[in-house]
Amino acid sequence: MPQVTLTVNGKSHTVEVEGRTLLVELLREKLGLTGTHVGCDTSQCGACTVHLNGTSVKSCTTLALQADGGVVTTIEGLAAADGTLHPMQEAFREHHALQCGFCTPGMVMSAVDLVNSNPQGLSESDIRHGLEGNLCRCTGYHNIVKAVAAAWPVMHGKETVAAE
Amino acid sequence: MYDFAYEKPTALAAAVASLAGDMDAKALAGGQTFIPVLKQRLNKPTTVVDLAALGLVGITVTADSVTIGAMTTHGEVALSAAVQKAIPALANLASMIGDWQVRHRGTIGGSLANNDPSACYPSAVLALGATIVTDRRSIAADDYFQGMFTTALEQGEIITKVIFPIPQKAAYQKFRNPASRYAMVGVFVAKTAAGVRVAVTGAAQGGVFRHAAFEAALSANFSPDAIAGIATSADDLNSDIHASAEYRAHLIGVMAKRAVAGT
Repeated sequence: MPQVTLTVNGKSHTVEVEGRTLLVELLREKLGLTGTHVGCDTSQCGACTVHLNGTSVKSCTTLALQADGGVVTTIEGLAAADGTLHPMQEAFREHHALQCGFCTPGMVMSAVDLVNSNPQGLSESDIRHGLEGNLCRCTGYHNIVKAVAAAWPVMHGKETVAAE
Repeated sequence: MYDFAYEKPTALAAAVASLAGDMDAKALAGGQTFIPVLKQRLNKPTTVVDLAALGLVGITVTADSVTIGAMTTHGEVALSAAVQKAIPALANLASMIGDWQVRHRGTIGGSLANNDPSACYPSAVLALGATIVTDRRSIAADDYFQGMFTTALEQGEIITKVIFPIPQKAAYQKFRNPASRYAMVGVFVAKTAAGVRVAVTGAAQGGVFRHAAFEAALSANFSPDAIAGIATSADDLNSDIHASAEYRAHLIGVMAKRAVAGT
């Protein structure tokens, strides 16, 4: 059986897979990282979004073997070791950007890449278009957009999260 | 998904050999169409040959052409300052394919090899008169597209790069499927020294095609008004739950006028 070696959330893993094993199957079933969700399984909903070598990808539309030698970050890899939330997670919490939570891991991973990729700034329209690959059936998106806008200055060191 | 053997050769010759030696071996580019196809069991390859380690990535711009490596992603083309300057319509087209996750994986070579009738890139390649370079030859755009999911590529032939001549001006307009963002109708208009070329994707049963009546009218007078009175026949256009052939025929005119206005 082929082997794939990859770094997930800072930790190296070597795993036996089949040719057809998807990256999301490796994460969920081999590594037990079930924070990454499978929503549609047809490449539309974005619930399975993770970072592969720094950019957002749909892990249900990536073979595990394509990620060989790669660096993967999942939702479990965002918060600090002491449990302090990533600024995007904190912004989602603060702005009530989730309801059922099913799309949230993928939404957060897409949003983190979107903010990282746009140090010059993000308009509301940029955020809405930038998250086209993630579907949410609860929130109506408005609070997600607010959360991403709020996380941008924190992630770029322009502002700290206001104390409650 | 049926299981398959997976190979990731590091030399073009090795990839060609793997594909040539097995009629049921398939090349994998970005996988954003191919993996969903495998998941639906619409294809059952013995071996999947991943082209990602062949070094087919990169963008080179000269005074008169833009050359894009086959494994260059839509995202890389969309964000390339050099492409945005040389052929802004091409960067704009790439920026409208799928969504960011898809653009991070999907490639120009994969799109062209697949020749989905609703893919965006074929319209740019055909309208700009690009050249498709493979492991063994160069193919003119006018000879390359041969119908839905059908191209001039031979079994196991691998696209290595695409060379786009830089037009005087060009624009792409796309009417997206609202859920999946593929082109229900996309029109790419290019004004070159040799005349105007108009390519339509998403609309026809046979895939991308050139619109001769629009080209003649726009070559004489490059303005939206020049094509306002030209009707497009609905014969041989796609009809599905998203749009009838008559609606697509109408959209071709609307998208073409917007493209000309937007150049």
